[in-house]
Amino acid sequence: MSNTDITSAEMDGMGPKGTKLGLARVLGPAHIWGLGVGIVLVGEYMGWNFAVGKGGAYAALLACWFAGILYSCVAMIDSEVTSTVAAAGGQYTQAKHIVGPLMAFNVGLYLVFAYTMLEAANAITFGFLIDTVAGMTGHEGLDQRPFIILSIMFLAWLNYRGVLATLTFSLVITAFAFCAIIALFLSTAVFMSDSPLRHVELMTDLPYGWLGVLAAMHFGLWYYLGIEGTCQAAEEVRSPARALPFGTLAGIMTLLIAATLTWYVSVGLMPWEYLGQAGVPLFDAARLSGSMTLMVLLGVGTMFATLASANGCINDASRAWFAMGRDHYLPDWFGAVHPKFRTPYRSIIFLVPIALVFALGAPLDQVITFSILSGLLGYTFMPMNVILFRRKWPLDTIKRGYEHPFHPIPAIILLCLCGVTFFAVFLGYGSQLVAMLSFYIIVSLWFHFWRYRFVRRAAQFTMPWPRPRGY
Amino acid sequence: MANYIPPVQSKISQIIDVIVLLVLAVGALYVPLFLNLVGSAQTSNVPDNPTWEGLGQNPTMVEKWNELGYATAADAAELITARFDYSFSILNLLVMIVVVVGYYAIVLRFSGKEYREVISEKFGDK
Repeated sequence: MSNTDITSAEMDGMGPKGTKLGLARVLGPAHIWGLGVGIVLVGEYMGWNFAVGKGGAYAALLACWFAGILYSCVAMIDSEVTSTVAAAGGQYTQAKHIVGPLMAFNVGLYLVFAYTMLEAANAITFGFLIDTVAGMTGHEGLDQRPFIILSIMFLAWLNYRGVLATLTFSLVITAFAFCAIIALFLSTAVFMSDSPLRHVELMTDLPYGWLGVLAAMHFGLWYYLGIEGTCQAAEEVRSPARALPFGTLAGIMTLLIAATLTWYVSVGLMPWEYLGQAGVPLFDAARLSGSMTLMVLLGVGTMFATLASANGCINDASRAWFAMGRDHYLPDWFGAVHPKFRTPYRSIIFLVPIALVFALGAPLDQVITFSILSGLLGYTFMPMNVILFRRKWPLDTIKRGYEHPFHPIPAIILLCLCGVTFFAVFLGYGSQLVAMLSFYIIVSLWFHFWRYRFVRRAAQFTMPWPRPRGY
Repeated sequence: MANYIPPVQSKISQIIDVIVLLVLAVGALYVPLFLNLVGSAQTSNVPDNPTWEGLGQNPTMVEKWNELGYATAADAAELITARFDYSFSILNLLVMIVVVVGYYAIVLRFSGKEYREVISEKFGDK
């Protein structure tokens, strides 16, 4: 067994590596919950409903459950590996130690692009919501762009200034947004004497048959996309072995509840043809409930959810970019830590204009698809990762903070569901899929034949583990 | 085995590396848009003089459409009749499978080769 123990504060093998100054270890389990749920919860406020458009209301529910299974597997697998490979970069760092440098480079890019696109999608939605509210109060034709730019700049500034304030902010507004969904459900389904929900009259058969159920899996991911981002905070939590599994698994449970309640209320209030194309479905649901209080609550909830998500995305994308810079996969200039705020400030600033390019120049569904595809490529990597991890370092060689049960069943289920989702994306977004994979193939060749020459070999392996079996 | 000493990369070369990566990423998103290859397009088949009944909407649905700001069937017809086209060719599906599997095969193969070097340098030759 290795002489390190991830569950111990004294001998966890952590600490800054490759930098003179490390990131600040100041976060607790609640911050991890806030980070994971904060990134994802916006998916209940917008985006999930495109699954209704792709297959009908029942298809969206089935997609919600199947995607829930997929993400439960992701959370279990991630919790085990991350509680052992607790360093900034999350899955990138896992891949670097378990699969190899090129896979790690690809995983790092999946993370950066998934989160940067999600950040752009959040900013677009934030601008759209401000425009909607302005229209409702008699100010038609508002220019959304200043609000998009301001939201990204403000959150980047917050991230620059320190992780504790950033994720405490996320925690508070995420909790508010989650409570708003609970309040909407309780008000419409339980407390209102004349419930506005009309499931019997509004539910229809599957408009595309079972093919639509498969197609709905594409946007079904949006219910939970980003929960795996909790791993990015691994180097900044006080106790990674406790906080990461607890925050991640509590997060996925929270999201399963929120997703099911969101579906239930929304399909009981809107015809599926409208819901499948709505920009801010939960806000629309509140409008249709007839309660001004709910409308304000869900309007603020939508705004908070988009901000919390964009905030978490800036945090996670910058950590992945920073970790790649620190290992020389990218110029090491990005691997710097701010001397006062202890944040990866150069990576934070560098990714701001990229997010703005996507937020100001591309349609929302394309940005979402780009984000989903990067996420999906990452989820497909995870089963391979955990199988190799268990093979190279069996349970008796490294002490885990958490051991996921029934291995390798979750990995096999995850791989199968990823295959189904690839097919779902192929139905309607096949050209983006091919464009995206072409991008990753080209950058892989670029990395292997050019960039990798600047990377020190043994220095990449920073975990104090024993030699892997079979090598 | 002697440890690998990486060459020192000039600042200009580092900047070019980042620009290459960004151009490729932006291209992956925007090239399909510019070439009009984006999927997802729904097509609407709006009948002449649409009615709520003709669009398959019951009284509750009509009430909800009205509350959402669609006063007449004509206003909502485009949304109601919008549908995706899920027809596809087996050849395209096979191409996608080959691209996805081929991508992971390339990455895993090259990664495996690089990983052996890392382990060998970190832990020494067996």
